[in-house]
Amino acid sequence: MNEITKIAPATTPDDWASDQEVRWCPGCGDYAILKAVQRTMPELGARPENTVFVSGIGCSSRFPYYMETYGFHTIHGRAPGVATGVKLANPELDVWIITGDGDGLSIGGNHMLHLLRRNLDCQVLLFNNEIYGLTKGQYSPTSRTGTRSPTSPGGSLERPVAPCAFALGAGARFIARTIDTAQKMMPEVLKRAYRHKGASFVEIYQNCVVYNDGVFEAFTEKKSAAMTQIWVEHGKPMLFANGTLGLHLNRDTLRLEVVNVVDGDVSQVIVHDETNKAVAAMLIEMPFPEFPVAQGVLYCEPATSFDQAMAEQEVKLVGDKVADFNALLRRGQSWEVKGEH
Amino acid sequence: MATAVQAPEGDESRMTAGEARRESVVVRFAGDSGDGMQLTGGQFTLSTALAGNDLATFPDFPAEIRAPQGTLFGVSAFQIHFGSSRVDTAGDEPDVLVAMNPAALKTNLPSLRKGGLLIVDTGAFGERNLQKAHYEANPLNDGSLAPFQLLAFDISKLTLESVKEFGLGNKDALRCKNMWTLGLSLWMFGRKRGPIIDWLKIKFGKNELLREANIAALNAGHAYGETAELAGPVKQFRLAPADAEPGLYRTVTGADALALGLVAGAKLSGLPMFFGGYPITPASAILHALARLREFDVTTFQAEDEIAAICATIGAAYAGNLAVTSSSGPGIALKSEAMGLAVMTELPLVIVNSQRGGPSTGLPTKTEQSDLYQAVYGRNGDTPMPVIAARSPSDCFDVAIEACRLALAFMTPVMLLTDGYIANAAEPWKVPDAHDYVPFPVQFHEEMPETGKLNPYLRDHETLKRVWVKPGTPGLMHRIGGIEKSYDTGNIDYSAENHQKMTDTRKAKIEGVARYIPAQTVEEGPEKGALVVVGWGSTYGPIRQAVSHVRAAGHDVAHIHIRYLWPFPANLGDLLKSYDRVLVPEMNTGQLKTLLRDQFLVDAKSLNKVSGQPFRISEIEAAIMEMLNQ
Repeated sequence: MNEITKIAPATTPDDWASDQEVRWCPGCGDYAILKAVQRTMPELGARPENTVFVSGIGCSSRFPYYMETYGFHTIHGRAPGVATGVKLANPELDVWIITGDGDGLSIGGNHMLHLLRRNLDCQVLLFNNEIYGLTKGQYSPTSRTGTRSPTSPGGSLERPVAPCAFALGAGARFIARTIDTAQKMMPEVLKRAYRHKGASFVEIYQNCVVYNDGVFEAFTEKKSAAMTQIWVEHGKPMLFANGTLGLHLNRDTLRLEVVNVVDGDVSQVIVHDETNKAVAAMLIEMPFPEFPVAQGVLYCEPATSFDQAMAEQEVKLVGDKVADFNALLRRGQSWEVKGEH
Repeated sequence: MATAVQAPEGDESRMTAGEARRESVVVRFAGDSGDGMQLTGGQFTLSTALAGNDLATFPDFPAEIRAPQGTLFGVSAFQIHFGSSRVDTAGDEPDVLVAMNPAALKTNLPSLRKGGLLIVDTGAFGERNLQKAHYEANPLNDGSLAPFQLLAFDISKLTLESVKEFGLGNKDALRCKNMWTLGLSLWMFGRKRGPIIDWLKIKFGKNELLREANIAALNAGHAYGETAELAGPVKQFRLAPADAEPGLYRTVTGADALALGLVAGAKLSGLPMFFGGYPITPASAILHALARLREFDVTTFQAEDEIAAICATIGAAYAGNLAVTSSSGPGIALKSEAMGLAVMTELPLVIVNSQRGGPSTGLPTKTEQSDLYQAVYGRNGDTPMPVIAARSPSDCFDVAIEACRLALAFMTPVMLLTDGYIANAAEPWKVPDAHDYVPFPVQFHEEMPETGKLNPYLRDHETLKRVWVKPGTPGLMHRIGGIEKSYDTGNIDYSAENHQKMTDTRKAKIEGVARYIPAQTVEEGPEKGALVVVGWGSTYGPIRQAVSHVRAAGHDVAHIHIRYLWPFPANLGDLLKSYDRVLVPEMNTGQLKTLLRDQFLVDAKSLNKVSGQPFRISEIEAAIMEMLNQ
């Protein structure tokens, strides 16, 4: 009986919702993400008091205020730094980073790079809406070339960064992609991200209703989703269009191709191996609309996390050393001045 | 104590009457940056300390790691001032200059005392080196060194001979020159070689060849002094030990003392320490020192940049650690926005600024005190934080503990100012006993509020500090951030009255620190009078000496040295107003002067120096006399 009473009662989605009024624009994709996260947390077996949401600046970064957990709304681009300190100071905490395309890939791009290569055990949810929302609609680092905005009236000239490609290049060991409205699939992605020990990078296509409405519509429309999205699953052939199309790896050109699947014959279709970094790179950068947009866990190849490596090294370095501070003060060559001098 | 300088036993003949009266000596070692002058100086310092002399050092090196050999900008120097009475500065003018090449001679000769001893390595005075130092004629032969006692001999050749048996290549063999020179210097001052040999054994460890060659060079240099028939100037000095309080002593640099003080602060608070840093001169030494102290519950994190370093520190503070970040001026500038976040979220943080010459990259390896405005004012918004400063290498220990205490007592970031001079300089330190310090244990807030909703900005009525709740505490989940929060609930609140109240509260909290720090004392001299010299930080030594000298000559002068720069001690204004004149020597263009004028409406006058070199005692004396005579 004792064992049972010790276990904290299970939580419900409501336990994860704070009493704060949500201040996003009506219709913002952020609402759907918030709902999916609050819905998933009980299923993870996570505890609100052991959970910390850390964010930077931008619309997405208001997220922590709406979670009944510990939360830190920091400064623009710097959530990875703050999260690193939180996790290293107390590795028992579940750390989530909420960021956006501007926050995480422009002003905070450098921190994101280092967070991912260090492989700090945390979940990064990057809300990508391809625009600066909170500052009223300037083009962002993920905006497509030619995006017209107050700072690019003639169309933006820059080529966009692909968040997942960036993450892969930075050395991330877990990369996933999902869509704000994918209420069925997003919890599955979040669960995988949570269970992955190390930095889990999740790009979420998020619609900004005010400044960039419909920018992802071509592949997020429910009606055509079967043709425009491919949800990959480890160990399964990569199929879409209700199983009528699949991805084939042309071994001569080392490129992916879309092939017809006739009578369920998937022999030409590549099976998703999420530990295959080369294929992950192809999935991430498949051009749309020639290819569907890949969703789900695109890459997962666990490695020792930063916090774990640090803890292991500490055990090794400290060994049986005794922390005698007075002895430390006296370390090195010293001399005695006698009283009678 | 009788004569301060004594002849070695049975060797009276080597002394001159002039030297016999000296109570202290200033020696400057200068050479190419690859010549190992800093090592020579460091080991000479150790031997000086072990001989019981008081001392102060001034490592003076270029920003380039290995500047092109023989160039003027590649000269690296180490100055040490030691004596049988109290030593506060590294000395105005060297009595002895060791110049390992023409460039070292050219750049350092102007500071050598007239009549001082000049030791040069003729082996390095070839045509090429003379050209690199822009000498048109060899100064050793053209009579330009007549005002000095010159001892010129071929140290390079003597070194090569001394290590010949080890079969080193010419380059490696010549690298032993600094140990040969150190050996000669040890002989000159009657020092023991044992501790240096012990150090060489550790330094070269398993590399037997280099170890033995260096020891042989050291011994050869020493033997040369002992046996060679040297004409005139080379003689043995022996200074009596300085009077010092009984106890155990070691030498310590500011960076080391600061690192130890931070560990002490963490221990006194009962918290683990988290230190986030990014490499920058001259602050890196603190990170290096702490990185080796894992067993003391110290976690160090080398971040990707200065901003990440302070942000990780803020995260660790949020999670309940004693959090520290450290940098130098340019890095502190990068941290400014995050400092504002720490002020806004009222998290305890120690921010160490090892100041260097600015602005921008400025003079990375040279000293300056020009970040006081930055420390006090340099953030957006009304963003007050306490600022305190260390006055000497050993003072860094106590100041670091004090920074930790204030940060935790008021839940605030605290800026600790030190500088390149203090960071690198060494002095003897009476090793403290950790048990003599009063602990300041931290109580995290764990109490469930009656309303069921925690206000993270719940305050202590006396100090105005807010509660510190560690993530992981059940039932007290809350959100903080850089956005203005309600005084009453901690929720986002942009309202006019609330922002006024929160701004006023943050200001009052920091002003209130003045009630919890010691009153300002007068270092030397009367509590009122004709003139007070007010300093802060590393100008302590030269100001103290200058005031002592002027007072000894019968003038009415006092010295006040300020540790607490923001807020100032509560009595400081009245104290300053009790003097007719206020002189503020600073290694900037008048920053403390401005603060004093602003805070107390006193007619403070500046003495400024921004040459990258510390003040000379004589410069401050002259300014005092000029002001007294006005």
